[in-house]
Amino acid sequence: MNLDWDEFIVTGEPFIHAGQISILLTTLGIIFVLTYFKKWKWLWKEWVTSVDHRKIGIMYIIASVLMLIRAGVDAMMMRTQLAVPEMPFLGEAQHYNEIFTTHGTIMIIFVATPFLIGLMNVATPLQIGARDVAFPFLNNLSFWTFFWGAMLFNISFVIGGAPDAGWSAYMPLASNDLSPGPGQNFYLLGLQITGIGTLATGINFVVTILKMRAKGMTLMRMPMFTWTTLITSLIIIGAFPILTVALAMQTFDRLWDTAFFTLQDGGMPMMWVNLFWLWGHPEVYIVILPAFGIFSEIITTFARKRLFGYTSMVFAIAAISGLSFLVWVHHFFTMGAGPMVNSFFSISTMAIAIPTGVKIFNWLATLHRGRIQFSVPMVWALGFIPNFTIGGVTGVMLAMAAADYQYHNTYFLVSHFHYVLIAGTIFACFAGTIYWWPKMFGLKLNARLGHWMFWLFMIGFNVCFFPQYFLGLDGMPRRIYTYFPEDGWFGLNFISTVGAFMMGIAFVIFVYNIYYSYRYQPRETTGDPWGGRGRTLEWATSSAVPPHYNFAKIPEVKGQDAFWQMKQDGIDPNEIVEYQDIHMPNNTGNPFIMCVFMFIGGFGLVFHWWPIAIIGAIGIFICMIQRSFSRDNGHIVSAEEVRKEEEGIREGQAHENG
Amino acid sequence: MEREDFPGEETPLEYQTETGEYNIFGFWMFLGAEIVLFSTLFGTYFVLIYRTASSIPPTEVFSMGLVLVMTFTLLTSSFTSGLAIHEMRLGNVTRMLIWIGITLVLGLGFLGMEIYEFVEYASEGATLATSAYWSSFFLLLGTHGLHVAMGVAWFIIILIQIKMRGLTPATANKTFIASLYWHFLDVIWIFIFTGVYLLRLVIA
Repeated sequence: MNLDWDEFIVTGEPFIHAGQISILLTTLGIIFVLTYFKKWKWLWKEWVTSVDHRKIGIMYIIASVLMLIRAGVDAMMMRTQLAVPEMPFLGEAQHYNEIFTTHGTIMIIFVATPFLIGLMNVATPLQIGARDVAFPFLNNLSFWTFFWGAMLFNISFVIGGAPDAGWSAYMPLASNDLSPGPGQNFYLLGLQITGIGTLATGINFVVTILKMRAKGMTLMRMPMFTWTTLITSLIIIGAFPILTVALAMQTFDRLWDTAFFTLQDGGMPMMWVNLFWLWGHPEVYIVILPAFGIFSEIITTFARKRLFGYTSMVFAIAAISGLSFLVWVHHFFTMGAGPMVNSFFSISTMAIAIPTGVKIFNWLATLHRGRIQFSVPMVWALGFIPNFTIGGVTGVMLAMAAADYQYHNTYFLVSHFHYVLIAGTIFACFAGTIYWWPKMFGLKLNARLGHWMFWLFMIGFNVCFFPQYFLGLDGMPRRIYTYFPEDGWFGLNFISTVGAFMMGIAFVIFVYNIYYSYRYQPRETTGDPWGGRGRTLEWATSSAVPPHYNFAKIPEVKGQDAFWQMKQDGIDPNEIVEYQDIHMPNNTGNPFIMCVFMFIGGFGLVFHWWPIAIIGAIGIFICMIQRSFSRDNGHIVSAEEVRKEEEGIREGQAHENG
Repeated sequence: MEREDFPGEETPLEYQTETGEYNIFGFWMFLGAEIVLFSTLFGTYFVLIYRTASSIPPTEVFSMGLVLVMTFTLLTSSFTSGLAIHEMRLGNVTRMLIWIGITLVLGLGFLGMEIYEFVEYASEGATLATSAYWSSFFLLLGTHGLHVAMGVAWFIIILIQIKMRGLTPATANKTFIASLYWHFLDVIWIFIFTGVYLLRLVIA
């Protein structure tokens, strides 16, 4: 690629200059703080190299929240641009294209997916009574592939130029001819690197859940979140390799002039569309099923009842996961597949509403006659049900192939998928984070601020997206960067923008709540912080990160809602007659270094700088060989240490209670 | 981690530790992902099978003789890697190393022939960028070839480790997994042989 040095750094747009300056200042700020407080070694030893699933989960969540801020700022810039007709805010269409592309890509790949994987990391091993995941090294590697893949994608807006072909990157729009420059390459390689880690996570959790359950925890006694983690992991294994291949083919088309997706030389653009959605549709369920699991946990806990229809819930998830692979064509009904094909995919899409409906009724039945406590996680779960249902019902409307010709590529669609993805996934991310916050950090987030955030976000969300259904029915296409006063879309667009900013403010309250709670909230010592309502095993062990072995003694499971059962039977899971040595894995810096080389290699490919790409590849191989030869067998936490740790926790509890 | 529940004599070495058992099960999951990966490549190949865009068609360059030799080489290597595992189970380290060595030689032979084949096709005007058909051909076979190359490198690393450390549950576990991988590549090649070469030369 012939790239002049003055094109290397993106110039011209005031917002991008502001972005560059803020990135520079933030980086310098972080370096200064870490150096001033002498925290580099701590960061490396305690976090970067950690193989502890809870710490990895926390790192996932922190990184996802940072990505959420970036993609959220993108969203507010778009909403500002569309607030009034002929708005000059973003200058030109190109800039708008880049912003909606990065907004979509980051929200799906670098927020929703890793956020949920973070929560899986925090909760799933605890829920099944395991000490860690099956492959702790691989777990650390997965996190860093996500992190460095995200970094590679994100630097595109200050270096080289951002991708502009939409998050679905349709060919030939994403080809060299129509998307010149390195922007689309950043998309391809950033996603490719992240995808490796996601696949590894899928394998890791399947093995963890199938092989490492505590004694007595049969499959049909597993908590619902563990079930959704298992099924999601299986979908990941089935879907992500498709993305890997599709991305590789587009990369080849752009870098080595192959002809997979361009009509020239016989390629087929439709094949990209098919492969993309053959991954992309299951991906929708990768980010919604764990959310269902989180809500199931929260609703049972705060309704103080067993989950209604547990078995039907499991079958519903399994059915949804199967159907998720059979509906991908509904993303392009209007591309001329013919009535038979469209009918098949129309019906298979509508069929998904059946198991989903089963789940909704199960949640409602669980609430029925429950002793409901309106805690912050619970209000998110309760808010989820009606909002998600609105998204689901409009989804069925879209599933009617004939009617889809009317809605296709309008704001009706935009509103639909925001209703399912925000009310489903994002609500669940907030709910799950608040719910498991005491497990991660040893304190509860402030409830008053939590309720403020919830109401602002809930109202803002509906104010933002409900008008968009009507904008869509009124014919406003998606992805336009401006419109005329005579189009008549001003009023609803303006309302929508107000809603977007309300959500922004709600998020600021969330961030403030984290700071406020860290300073002023009382520390949690019981391990079962939600008023003793905890039902599953993660609440049977002490709070917060330190006891890295999870359970001093692996609990024995006697039924569903294992911890609740123990409480009923008067069993103290922490009562230990004899302490035993615990074998734990060692920390390792190898994955971090390997992923830095992946970043370097990816960066070289983006700019066709082969020597840099080769350096990256060699670095990756050296790390792999190092790993193969290492004889790291982990370490033993001696019975004595376990006893000290556990007695310390007991004393803390006695202090709190006494 | 040593297993507590069944450290019996009957248990093969590679299954004797808990980590070893997880590794093998995890690798089966990985092979599931690999099946999806190759299915996508095959799907692409079959979609583009007649889209040579008036460039050189495969029937003009495919040479069945070479492909047959390649096929026999790879199939034999799968057999010899199986013999290596057989000897490993019996505890005959030297014989096991010899069979792995033979597997490696056959694997390298296959790779050499494949590189020769690709160079030959390129000299006749069929490259990655010639047409959609050839793009998908080279991506499918190249991905398989790359996997074989990785397998060779992997076996070499394991050989060194067995030489250094002897046959332990850890090295046995690695050898077993590498042989699973090698068999898998063999299965993929059978699909390539029938779906790519036979289909164009004999059937169509």
